[in-house]
Parts: sequence; C-alpha cells; structure tokens
Amino acid sequence: MLLASSKFDELRLDHMSRAFGTVNALRDVSLTVRKGEFIALLGPSGCGKSTALNCIAGLLATTGGSIYLDDKRIDQLKPEDRGFGMVFQNYALFPHMTVRSNIGFGLKMRGTPKAEIAKRVDEALGLVRLEGQGHKLPGQLSGGQQQRVAIARAIVIEPPLVLMDEPLSNLDAKLRLEMRAEIRRIHNQLGATTLYVTHDQDEALSLADRIVVLRDGQIRQVGMPRDLYESPDHLDIAEFMGYRNRLTGKVTARDGERATIDVRGTSFSGRLRGDIEIGGAAVIAARADDVTVSKANDALKATVETIEYRGREFVGTARTEDGLELIFHAPEAAAVGNAISLSLDPAHALIYAA
Amino acid sequence: MSSLEHTPPASLRQRLALKGLDGVTLLVVPAALFTLAIFVYPFLYGLLLSFEPKEGGIFANYQHFFSDPFLYNTIATTLWLAVPVTIISLILALPIAFRVRLMTRQRLLTTILVLPVTLGTVLVAEGLLNYLGPQGWFSRTLMLFGIIDSPVKLTNNYWGVFASLIITGFPFTFLLTLSYVSGIDPALEQAAAVHGARAWQRFRHVFLPLLIPGLAIAFLLSFVQAFAVFPSAILLGAPAGPTRVISIAAYQAAFEQYDYSMASAIAMIMAAVQLVIVVAILFVRNLFYRGSTAGGKG
Repeated sequence: MLLASSKFDELRLDHMSRAFGTVNALRDVSLTVRKGEFIALLGPSGCGKSTALNCIAGLLATTGGSIYLDDKRIDQLKPEDRGFGMVFQNYALFPHMTVRSNIGFGLKMRGTPKAEIAKRVDEALGLVRLEGQGHKLPGQLSGGQQQRVAIARAIVIEPPLVLMDEPLSNLDAKLRLEMRAEIRRIHNQLGATTLYVTHDQDEALSLADRIVVLRDGQIRQVGMPRDLYESPDHLDIAEFMGYRNRLTGKVTARDGERATIDVRGTSFSGRLRGDIEIGGAAVIAARADDVTVSKANDALKATVETIEYRGREFVGTARTEDGLELIFHAPEAAAVGNAISLSLDPAHALIYAA
Repeated sequence: MSSLEHTPPASLRQRLALKGLDGVTLLVVPAALFTLAIFVYPFLYGLLLSFEPKEGGIFANYQHFFSDPFLYNTIATTLWLAVPVTIISLILALPIAFRVRLMTRQRLLTTILVLPVTLGTVLVAEGLLNYLGPQGWFSRTLMLFGIIDSPVKLTNNYWGVFASLIITGFPFTFLLTLSYVSGIDPALEQAAAVHGARAWQRFRHVFLPLLIPGLAIAFLLSFVQAFAVFPSAILLGAPAGPTRVISIAAYQAAFEQYDYSMASAIAMIMAAVQLVIVVAILFVRNLFYRGSTAGGKG
C-alpha cells in the first residue's frame, strides 16, 4: 500500500476561540485528537462546529487560544502550510480539471514528481472505487461520485488530519448510508485521523470513535457514541440525542444512582444524572422507544392523539388525564382517540435537575 | 399501450410550446424590427454603397484604401491604441476586482468607478487637456518637486488619447471583470488553499482557467469600444499624424470630401478588422473550459 497513514501523534486545541464582532462563535474549545481516531463534532446548526473546523483548517483566523500539531503551534500558519486534507459540504471540486487532476492537485502543488503523482492518484481512485472515471470532468459525475473524488483529493496527500464538513448532507438518503460506510472503510483502511462535522446524530453515532457535542460555541460533552446515547450529561444534550419525552416534577425518593420523581401526581423512576436533593425540581427524559404500551396495573392511562407509521413499528403521541403528553412506541397501530396504557422503562429513563 | 393510442393529439399551442414558441416569444418582435431597421439595413446599404465608387470599378474604393499609406496606416494606428489600452485595462482591472470581491461595501467603490462612464468622452478630454496639458497640474507638480525641468508633453499626442481611453474604458472593463471574478465559488479557492496551493498557484491553476472565457469577452467588448475611438483622438491627440485613427479617415471621406461611397468602404474595412480580432479571440476562448464555475452540487 502506497498511501500511508497519518504521520503525527496528536492534534491539540487549547482554549481555541473565535469571535465575530461581539458574538462568540467559539469559546475555549479544548480537545485532543489522537492519531487514528475518528472524531465527530456534533451539534445543531449555528453551534460553531463548522467555525471550529474552518479554524483548524486555517480558513478562519482564531481570536484566542492555540492549536498544536504535536509540539508545533499551527494556528498562525496559512491553510496551505498546515498540510491537512479537507472535504467540503458542496465538494468544491475544480470544475475545469479532470477527476485525475482534481485528485492530484495537492501533490502537484507540493511539486511531487509526475510519475509518483500518477501512481498515487491511481491508488486513491481504487480506494474510492472510481477506477476508469479518471478522465471525466466533475460535472459528468453523480453527486456520490463527486463526493468520492473530494475524499480522494483530501486523502491522497497523506494528511495528518482529514477534515470533513457535513460531507453527506447533499446526498439522498440511500447514498448517504452507502457513503457513510465508505467513509469509515476508507478511514480504517488508511489508518487516517478524521475530524467530521455533522448535525446528524445517527451519522455521528455510527461513524465516530468519539463524539464532541458543541452547543453555543462550547463543548458540552465528549464521549464514546454509547455514552452519549445512553447517558448524556445534560438535559439539552439528551434532547438533541433523541430523548423526546421530558416531564417536569419533584424528586420524591432517591437511592444511589436511582430516583423517583412525581409529575402531577404520577410517579416515574429513572437513573439520576447529577445531584438533586429530595424535593428538588427535576426533569425525567426518555426516548419514545422506552415508553411502551403496557398491561401492568400501574400503567398510565392515556388517549392517543397522533400515530405515525415508521416501517416496523408505530410512534405516536398520547395525552394522560392529567394533561401529560407522551411520545410512545407501539408494535401495533393504535387508533387516534383510543384509550391505551403506557409505561416508561425505568432502566433507560434519565433524571436531570430542572 | 391502449392508453397511448387514445391520447388526444397535442394542440397547436402545445406543439409550438415544445419548440420554445409561446406568447412570450412575441416580445422579441420589437427588438428584432429595431435591429433590422437601424443595424441590418444601414449595414447592407453601406456595404452596397461601398461597391459604387465615384469613379473606377466596383472595388476601386478598396484598391484606393490599400494603396494609399495615409489611409491604410490608420488600421495600424488604431490597433496600436486599442490593443494596448484594452490589455492594460484588463491587467489593472483584474487585481482590483480580486480585492473588491472580498469587500463588504462594494457599492460606493463601484459608484466611483462608474462615474467616468457617465461623463462622456468629451468632458474627460477637456479635463485631461487642463490636467495633463503643458500648463496643467501634472507637469506643474512634477516641476515644483524638481523631478522634471520643462513640462512633459502628454496632450495632442498618442499618450493623451491613451490616457483618455483608459479612463473611459476602465470602469466598463472593471465591472465586467468583477462580475466574472465574483462568480467563482469561493469554496474553490479554499479547497485549493487547504490542499497546499499558494496565492499565485491558486490564481494560476484555479482562478485563471475559470476566468479566461469571461476575460475574453471583457477583452472583446473593451477592444471594440476603444477601436471606435473618435472624439478623444481629435481633442487630445494629433489627428493629422500619430493618432489619425480609422474613424477619422471615414469622417474625412464622408464630411470633408463628401464621398459617402469611400466612407462606407472605410467603415466596412473597420468592421472587418474588428471581426478578425473577435473571431481570433473567440477561437482561443473555445480552447478553454467554459462550463460552470461552481464546485459541485449547491
């Protein structure tokens, strides 16, 4: 294999900040990316994730803090002196160059001998499965193929770090799933180090080794996909990770990690996140998957308000007599207006301070 | 299949619309009539007139033009003004356009640059006569600082016309260039920079190839404008000698010798010279990439 993996140990962001006038787009972002990792920067739009990526790439100047590649400080360097590879949201392929010239662009700029460029471009074409397409112009390729060219152009220069800015957001659903698997395959095959920006939690969960959740320009949580999915640190992250049921009440009992809260006369129990005294205001959060139709005696009586078909199962909203709205999961269709009994799985519900 | 057989035939209106003809097409009619009346007809009339000389065979006017150096030299004189002026305008416009494209408040600058267009060539010529003339501010300032001993001669010669053509032609060239430069997806430059291209390489490998078709058009339009130079060649130049451009020759034939046939012949020669340049530039333009300047799906 000619294309080699990253030649560095770590990228360190040290209190990296960026302000636009009086608006802080990024505040004190500190993070260490180790060689070989696949890191997803996840957050809703406007959270600063693309700003962070552009600061690392050098396309945007930082207004505070520093960036180190091993022991070398790089935040003052121009983008062309940082040596990274980048995949842009709209691909940014050079429309007047063939696929081969696009892929070989970085090598040509570095003055690599022609014979070696040809060899490495061939290998990159193979890696992204575009053999035989090298002579075409980007305009003659489909969206997915253009995306592959953009990836090949970024990896062929053997960068210490590959930066990806929502690379799948322009593709249709089927292609997005295919390319997601391709990106991870290429990352593994190359032993690359990838920093991947996305607003799609599914993408982050399935691709990344570690996920960095950004909100309002700050890091809210860094963790493995499973940690983030099963026990987000904060209520806002839980919301973002799909905990769509949120009921506010008061803590009535606690026992180590577990607690019970009272929501308008109904008791729910779940795992405690954070420290809340008995009597303190709290929110219990649960995914639709964990609110299910039940035959138990203590189940909540509710009336179905909406129901959506999701392929194998149904997801609906229901309202209890006390006016609590719950989003639930059901294996069978329930008619709107019907009375059902719901229970909330205490093993997966989380309790946060309100 | 049966549903296809029973499809009612498309109406005449639908069939015309498929060929791109609909009610909106009629809006072209006034413009087409206008072009016929004030361009095509006079052109054909002039062409025929040029073959009806006062004396001699049908090509007598053309033979006369190409045998008299006082006449045929006007082609070289005009080219010698129009080509350098066009090239220098483009060379000036390009870097300024690259800077302006990044500015957030382009409107003020654009307004300032467009002003000379509105002034008209005569006003610019008058201004330049005062400014660049022997007693003008330009020479007086240089003399005040002891840079020169006697006034530099910048009017009533080649350089006066040159300066006036640059001033009136530049804004036009600049605005065209700016629109082409701003039309290039900024992500392309970012992609080039991240992958190692320095400023000059980004210009050479990304911007320039994408700009060539636009620059060719800007060149042609500026060139055609400069080639028709007339008022400033008389007011600021030496119309009997170094700036005796082809339009002066046509003017003299028509209004001093009252030989409309000869004047038409000169106008036809003028058109032919421009046509040769236009075709040559368009040919070169076709050798380059001419598609979209976006970097991918939007």
